[in-house]
Amino acid sequence: MFSGGKDSVYACWRAQEQNTVACLITLLSKNPDSYMFHTPNIRYASYQAEAMNVPQLSWPTKGIEEKELEDLQAALAEARDCYDLQGIVTGAIESVYQAARVQRICHSLDLWCFNPLWQIDQIDYLRTLIRDGFRVIVSGVYAYPFDASWLGAELTEERVMRLAQLQERYQINPSGEGGEIETFVLDSPLYGKRIEILSATRIYAHYRGQYIIEEMRLVEK
Amino acid sequence: MKGKVRIHLVDSCYQLHSLSQYEFVHPVQRALERAGSSCRICHYTTVDEESLEGCDKVVLCGTALKDNAYLDHLDRYRWLEKMARPVLGICAGMQVIAALFGGEIITRPEPAIGLERIDVNRPSSLLGPCREIEVYHLHSHDVSLPDEFLSLAGGDEAPEAFSHRSQPIWGLMFHPEVRNRWILERFANL
Repeated sequence: MFSGGKDSVYACWRAQEQNTVACLITLLSKNPDSYMFHTPNIRYASYQAEAMNVPQLSWPTKGIEEKELEDLQAALAEARDCYDLQGIVTGAIESVYQAARVQRICHSLDLWCFNPLWQIDQIDYLRTLIRDGFRVIVSGVYAYPFDASWLGAELTEERVMRLAQLQERYQINPSGEGGEIETFVLDSPLYGKRIEILSATRIYAHYRGQYIIEEMRLVEK
Repeated sequence: MKGKVRIHLVDSCYQLHSLSQYEFVHPVQRALERAGSSCRICHYTTVDEESLEGCDKVVLCGTALKDNAYLDHLDRYRWLEKMARPVLGICAGMQVIAALFGGEIITRPEPAIGLERIDVNRPSSLLGPCREIEVYHLHSHDVSLPDEFLSLAGGDEAPEAFSHRSQPIWGLMFHPEVRNRWILERFANL
């Protein structure tokens, strides 16, 4: 399952260590507050799939709670049949809500379900991303006390330290799994080409904002 | 000064260094290390009495819902029968313990997935006093209670937790690494 955010790209990185990643399954939600599926800039996940040279299966969903699970099941069934999949990989870290639902769907489709980031220490994980060459930007903020300076900012050691402080003070999930932040991956060890953003706009008010990519391109590494 | 408790984590997943290890072994390792223990991971196909020399305790970790390969290789766990040191079996690990001590592994009509409230109905050093707790389930099999064991939670029919009557052996059908790391801390400090 692939949103283009750091968790799905990193889960993909882990998956390909000993397995073949046959396709990236992306749910395109029409609901900006989707319960299950990452939304900002998700249409640009196709650039990431191209950078990784892996086929992508995009599937629309209206993003209505619980109904979107039926859409997910249909998408996974289609992917299983088209790509002869044996299992699904997700970027779930702490969300029992997400993980349990995906487990049930995989069971009903006779698919394995893998969650290689499950229960990971989030601050350690963010540092691992930087160390392993993942270039991650913040593409959305949805909670106090995130200000507009986070929009489009790249994940750096300084930003990780700030997230650790916010975790201690406000009990946020530093990886954003509680919906506090969303991310987009510009480069990773999986990419044959890196993504360059040519233009983008920021929308921000009352601790909610998005970094909306308008134009991007793939460039040689 | 007392040294670190050395715990061997037995990985029962379908193969060595599998993708499932990140999900079912590493979270247990992190919880135990946070509790001050030192951990070593070994795959169930490589464990024997000799390889366990030097460890203080053993944890048998769980597996993915579709991963039942360990059930075809229960003889690989025979070392458990002579084990005098504390052992904790998690989910698949509890099933292995039950089978080796004469219990039955029973396939459920539908798997148990997600959070559920269960009754701790016997006080113990591992789970504490009787009360209700919320636990995370991910399993396709239940077990019957072996003769030499006491049910600690969930009753005798399909126990959620059990302990041996005279040896330091425990089993949990749920995953303590999710929302209940305090149980792993208790095991490390028993």
